[in-house]
Amino acid sequence: MTKVPNMPKSWRVETKPHKFCPGCGHGLVLKALGEAIDELGIQDRVVFGCDIGCSLLSWDFFNVDSVQTHHGRTTPVVTGVKRARPELICIAYMGDGGGYAIGSQHLVNAAARNEKVTAILVNNCNYGMTGGQMAPTTLPQMKTETTPYGRDPEQTGYPTQGPEMVAAITREGSYVARGTVANVRQLKGFIKKALQNQIEGNGFSFVEALSGCPTNWSTNAKDTWAFIEETMPKYFKVGEIKAPAKKEE
Amino acid sequence: MADKPIQGEKRVFMTGNEVVAWAALAAEADIMYGYPITPQNEVMHYWTRLAPKYGKRFLQTEDEISAGFTTCGGVLAGKRAFTATAGPGNTLMQESMSMAEMMRIPTVLVVQQRGGPSTATVIYSQQEVTMTCYGGNGEGLRIVYSTGSHQELYDYTIKAFNTAWKYRFPTFVLGDGYQAKMRESLYLYDPALKGIKMETTTPYLGLEGMPGVDRDPSHLRNTYNTEEELYEVVSDLVAAYEKIAPEVVEYQTFNTDDAEVIIIAHGVVTRAAQAAVKTLRSQGLKVGHFRPVTLRPFAAQQLRDIVKKAKKLVVVESAQGQLMKLVKDAIYGETVPIEGYLKPGQGITGEEIVEYIKKGM
Repeated sequence: MTKVPNMPKSWRVETKPHKFCPGCGHGLVLKALGEAIDELGIQDRVVFGCDIGCSLLSWDFFNVDSVQTHHGRTTPVVTGVKRARPELICIAYMGDGGGYAIGSQHLVNAAARNEKVTAILVNNCNYGMTGGQMAPTTLPQMKTETTPYGRDPEQTGYPTQGPEMVAAITREGSYVARGTVANVRQLKGFIKKALQNQIEGNGFSFVEALSGCPTNWSTNAKDTWAFIEETMPKYFKVGEIKAPAKKEE
Repeated sequence: MADKPIQGEKRVFMTGNEVVAWAALAAEADIMYGYPITPQNEVMHYWTRLAPKYGKRFLQTEDEISAGFTTCGGVLAGKRAFTATAGPGNTLMQESMSMAEMMRIPTVLVVQQRGGPSTATVIYSQQEVTMTCYGGNGEGLRIVYSTGSHQELYDYTIKAFNTAWKYRFPTFVLGDGYQAKMRESLYLYDPALKGIKMETTTPYLGLEGMPGVDRDPSHLRNTYNTEEELYEVVSDLVAAYEKIAPEVVEYQTFNTDDAEVIIIAHGVVTRAAQAAVKTLRSQGLKVGHFRPVTLRPFAAQQLRDIVKKAKKLVVVESAQGQLMKLVKDAIYGETVPIEGYLKPGQGITGEEIVEYIKKGM
């Protein structure tokens, strides 16, 4: 007997199984997002934008209106949508390259302007789609295709602390958190709060998700999981970093 | 909320940038996204003052990359969205306009050309012709109106919104620093008064109904997996563009019927060319002028018909041969000699055209 696993209602069954590599963390992040959309009952109001890099493979992932943009440009596209139609719930989905390198000016300025959009950024310490180059989030001494002898912080700096940066430049009303695919329940909670923050019109909301890339890390399941659960959190602290003050009852 | 921004028709005296803001209002534009760059700044200055009175919006972005992509977002949301830029800003907007080309997003972009290459001058030039017509990693599937006066800036900015939304290709109004900053008389009018009906806009995203239940979700992309798939997509885009091109193309001729020498010029330089033709004709010299209004698509067949009887073509432009390239491409195979009176980044008067033409006759 084959049993189809439960999928979020907002997922598009016709495009499953999805296009990500085996062991990739995107599916888990998108599951958390799908369940958050379901629980908030916003499927008919969501506009989902995805970036270039592995995130683009989610362009037909959901039963929600979606647009795949250019590398780094998803934040401005969904910002443009939100400014024109504030009633829509706009999500920018991207990788660490799109958010912290080529599109960093957009992330920083959308955050600084407190745009009422939600950015979800998948951090897997490298550029996956292009074949495993160094990303802003690559760990010190970590080997990638462009740091074959290991990332030398002297030459290429330290991993970008994205949520901390966003938290530092946003004012009241923003929501910032870092979750991990090692704890999907918690990640879903963060994403749900981020979306809720947008629904309430409080301000910019940002969730980074620690994720795995076994294809480019060249790791088996055990090592992939160990890297996500043990190594990455040494550099990237998991938890809520900034949340709007609770309104007085 | 105020009524229509322009009731009836009225004579005004204002700068071109102010004209663009009024035209966008008259065209019922919903939102402008912009980033400061000279000489287009006052488009934003007037829009930000006028727009809130009519329930319109504005966003100042972090750069022109963002201004271009937020404009795409506004259009995808189903709104008449536009932006304006110049020079290096136009360079940065080519990325988003290439996405607009691929996804048939009807953006409107007003370009007020400044000197180039690089930062150059903030004053004037016609050096953004190639970039505006063919920029980006694509096939130049855009519509480019090159205006020559404030009245045209008004007329064609309104028209650009309709052209964009009717044909669903990114549409450009190509002005320049002279037109942007100079004051000139023109008529502002309510488009309805002239029988102009604004094209209906429809959203690409955020449609009615529950996606997957009441309707399919809107899934938009610009990336493809195989050569064959892309070839089919681009072939369809090109075919759609070529089909509408004859409807879109615009040009003007002045005394070309019996002309031995034909001056070809576009934008504000057409005014010098028209003045030169008048002077030269009064001296009995058979000189005419061909002016492309749309640079993309280009009136290729019309120009070919005209040049057959001519002895010489003189392309006059404030660039080092960017219009000349379009002309040569359009009339490839014709044997008429072509000369260029080319002054990159510098204005051109009727008098100097007269002098140049007479020297060569």
